[in-house]
Amino acid sequence: MNANSLLDWAVHFALACFATGMVCAAIRLLRGPTAQDRILALDTLYINGLLSILMLGIGIGSAIYFDIALLIALFGFVGSTAMAKFLLRGEVIEP
Amino acid sequence: MTLVWKPPLLEILLLLMWLVVNDSLALYQWLFGLLFALLIGYLARKLRPRTARLRRLGLALALCWHVFCDIVRSNFAVGRIILGTIRQQPKVGFLDIPLELRDPHGLAALSIIITATPGTVFAGLDPDSHVLTLHVLDLQDEAAWLHTIKQRYERPLMEIFE
Amino acid sequence: MSVVPALSSLSPWLALPAAILLIAGGLLALIGSLGLLRLDGFYARIHAPTMGNTLGAGCVLIASMLTSSAAAGRPVIHELLITLFLVLTSPVTTMLLMRAAIFRSQTGRDGQGEETS
Repeated sequence: MNANSLLDWAVHFALACFATGMVCAAIRLLRGPTAQDRILALDTLYINGLLSILMLGIGIGSAIYFDIALLIALFGFVGSTAMAKFLLRGEVIEP
Repeated sequence: MTLVWKPPLLEILLLLMWLVVNDSLALYQWLFGLLFALLIGYLARKLRPRTARLRRLGLALALCWHVFCDIVRSNFAVGRIILGTIRQQPKVGFLDIPLELRDPHGLAALSIIITATPGTVFAGLDPDSHVLTLHVLDLQDEAAWLHTIKQRYERPLMEIFE
Repeated sequence: MSVVPALSSLSPWLALPAAILLIAGGLLALIGSLGLLRLDGFYARIHAPTMGNTLGAGCVLIASMLTSSAAAGRPVIHELLITLFLVLTSPVTTMLLMRAAIFRSQTGRDGQGEETS
């Protein structure tokens, strides 16, 4: 087995890992039990999704996936922070 | 001798970020980046007039390296705890640490360092008594945690920011 | 998905570290997500995803940097931005969630009644 087929195998392995991680996060998202558990699960879900997109980018060899990953990182952060802020204060943008 | 001219760190960082995002060093990218950096820098100055004084760059780099080592080490520790949950759940707990660090930028850096390290999460800071509350995943030895935070992170941050 | 020409022409001295980093990153993110299921209570669970967010993402992004630099034939440091962004922002989310959890347990709005199947 040469190093390049090892790399190909590693890309598939890592994709499988991230997919399993997303399943774990999704189960926690559905089970709860508290609202903050669900937000934490959503946060994990988007990080795993971002990493799998990057993995597709490595496997396919296209630079366009970098921009998608950057956008997921930006919007995921804004979304989870807004939800956490909502739990903390009851509103997102305070006057 | 005191440094009179303060380098516009925010603008330089924004320009660098622009060039890295576009992955190009063409002339028009430099011009656009400069325009963008000056505009955002001007708006950010209005929004937050307080600026940080960063000193002792070597110490800051050493701190970054220490934090990186700690992140790697505690990743393995937390991984072992998660895989060992069949036998027993970890003993979680809160820990109070009195701080001497006062600079807001230093405190922000400390909270990011603590939270980015797996196993510890910043859980609050009392503004009057300056007591930091820390949540620890595996609370076995309180004195060791206190010593780590005080000696390894707080002291260099005090030297860098104050 | 098969090996693209860009990947198969990669020098083994780049492919090997990239493969090791990918396997390590995948395992770290998987264990972190598994912690969400295995640990008891929110305060224990909040520590688990930090693993994937810091070192797991860092490994994958460095591997991505290696392969895309080799494919483009020049250093591509795009991915450093995502790393920097994740390292700066994921602690902010975690801290806000921690404060929210403490606040809700203090005010008795812990939401234990909203269990769904």
